[in-house]
Amino acid sequence: MTTLASPPLSDVRPDSTEYLAVVAARELAGARRIFAGVGLPTLAVDLAKRTVNGDLELVYESGVCGAHPETMAEGIADFTLVSGAEAVLSMQALFGYVLQGGNVDVGFLGAAQVDREGSLNTSVIGDWDQPQVRLPGSGGAADIIASARECFVVLRRHDLSSLPAEVDFCTSPSPVRAHRASGHLAPTGGGVTTVITPLGVLRRDPDGPELELAQVHAGVNVEEVRARTGWDLVVRDDLVTTPAPTVEDVRLLREEIDTVRLYLR
Amino acid sequence: MTARSSKVTTLHDAIATHVADGMTVALEGFGHLIPFAAGHEIIRQGRRDLTICRMTPDILTDQMLAAGCVSRLVASFFASGSAGSLYEIRRRLEDHDPEPLEVEEYSHYGMYCRYQAGASKLPFFPLRSYVGGDLPQVNDRIRSVTSPYGDGDVYVVPALNPDVTVIHAQRADEYGNAQVWGITGAQQEAAYAASRVIVTVEEIVPTEVVRSDPNRTLIPAHAVDAVVEVPHGAHPSYAQGYYDRDSAFYREWTPISRDRDAIRRWVREEIIEQPDHAAYLERLGRERLEGLQVGPRPSEPVDYGRKRL
Repeated sequence: MTTLASPPLSDVRPDSTEYLAVVAARELAGARRIFAGVGLPTLAVDLAKRTVNGDLELVYESGVCGAHPETMAEGIADFTLVSGAEAVLSMQALFGYVLQGGNVDVGFLGAAQVDREGSLNTSVIGDWDQPQVRLPGSGGAADIIASARECFVVLRRHDLSSLPAEVDFCTSPSPVRAHRASGHLAPTGGGVTTVITPLGVLRRDPDGPELELAQVHAGVNVEEVRARTGWDLVVRDDLVTTPAPTVEDVRLLREEIDTVRLYLR
Repeated sequence: MTARSSKVTTLHDAIATHVADGMTVALEGFGHLIPFAAGHEIIRQGRRDLTICRMTPDILTDQMLAAGCVSRLVASFFASGSAGSLYEIRRRLEDHDPEPLEVEEYSHYGMYCRYQAGASKLPFFPLRSYVGGDLPQVNDRIRSVTSPYGDGDVYVVPALNPDVTVIHAQRADEYGNAQVWGITGAQQEAAYAASRVIVTVEEIVPTEVVRSDPNRTLIPAHAVDAVVEVPHGAHPSYAQGYYDRDSAFYREWTPISRDRDAIRRWVREEIIEQPDHAAYLERLGRERLEGLQVGPRPSEPVDYGRKRL
């Protein structure tokens, strides 16, 4: 009997961009069509396509569907996403038919804050009229959360300010929140089901009420995660530990994908 | 019958003729074909009190704000993609420095639907976004209507009809038939929504070139008032097939934008004190522009066919 040698593991830290990108890429193993947002999602989908999911269809809000980039995209409107793509659509076709029409499996977003129900804030820290920090705003996020079958979010920090019980400002509402706004035509999107942070992975079932701790990164203590989360975080019975990125994952990110160190800082 | 006349003019004359103080001006281009040269000319001519409409304000809006051209912004994403914050916008919003900036904010699809309503002469356009969110609380232009077909309430956004829309395209003929390939953004909708349309292009081509590929025309001549040839008119953004985005410029912009004096000095030295876009490009240097050249990746030609006589 032969045994497969397990791939050598990397020692990149869980709060590094490399680690977050690898964990995010692995989440995409079963997805078909993904709407990738600005920043780290661009890096993660590139890695996913090279490792766990070669058939992943990349959709960008710039109108590109079925991108086959020869080089890493330095943004969602990079021409490398257009050259060789399967389609470049009008914005009405992209946002109206592809997204709102219900053809996106996963929306993959960044955010400054995610709350208990999975609502996102990308607008403002503090008060709207007297902001402490003005963030970039919705972009496509409020549209994506309304219509993508589910959304994944990557957070670069895991603390009381990035994971509050309720967001300071709700740019992109969770379906839980949307359903409280009675009388409105309900959004069809399942909302945020997966939040990847430097400490672990929070999950919410598409019809579930709140995010729960489903996974911790190696060396992370569950009580630490709970203490650094802004609500009484439920820990799932089947809690797992994140398998470390492999040396090959990290090599791909550094030597073949982000060779200019745009995202890997 | 009169001969069809050319709409070709200079960038100076196009802006001087069509853009006046206090106007609502849409400058569209979604990461691609951003009309930087035209925006710079608006700065050079010292326009004031403009309402700028742009889905992604980008560095161009940061520059126009620092130049004192803008009093109101209608937009849906206030950063420059992966390159980060736009600090002049943030100073205006966070510290009211040097004065407050009025902002009307949407999501991308909301902003795009505003142009669609404007282009179609509809009062508003419905979308499924925003239910349960705070954007309608801070923007009272996002309202809801009850579906007459029994689906409940639906959010709507109002028509956006700019006085002028300015776009940059790869090529056009002298009549203004503008052809774009790659990412087409909100240019067509913003053009049809506007009272007047200025199109700058990488190159003006014979009308036979345009007519050899009519599907490529994004904005037909009947919607265009002025056509101007401005090579590298989208720098530091890009023109598909012509030149790449100047990513180094985007990175270099962050420290300039962060320093309120540095951004004003940059706008004065690189734009206001330069007579035109050619002079701006000359200061960038030939080497920098050569570094943005792209390799060929032509499409397979299509055959439109011809009736046999």
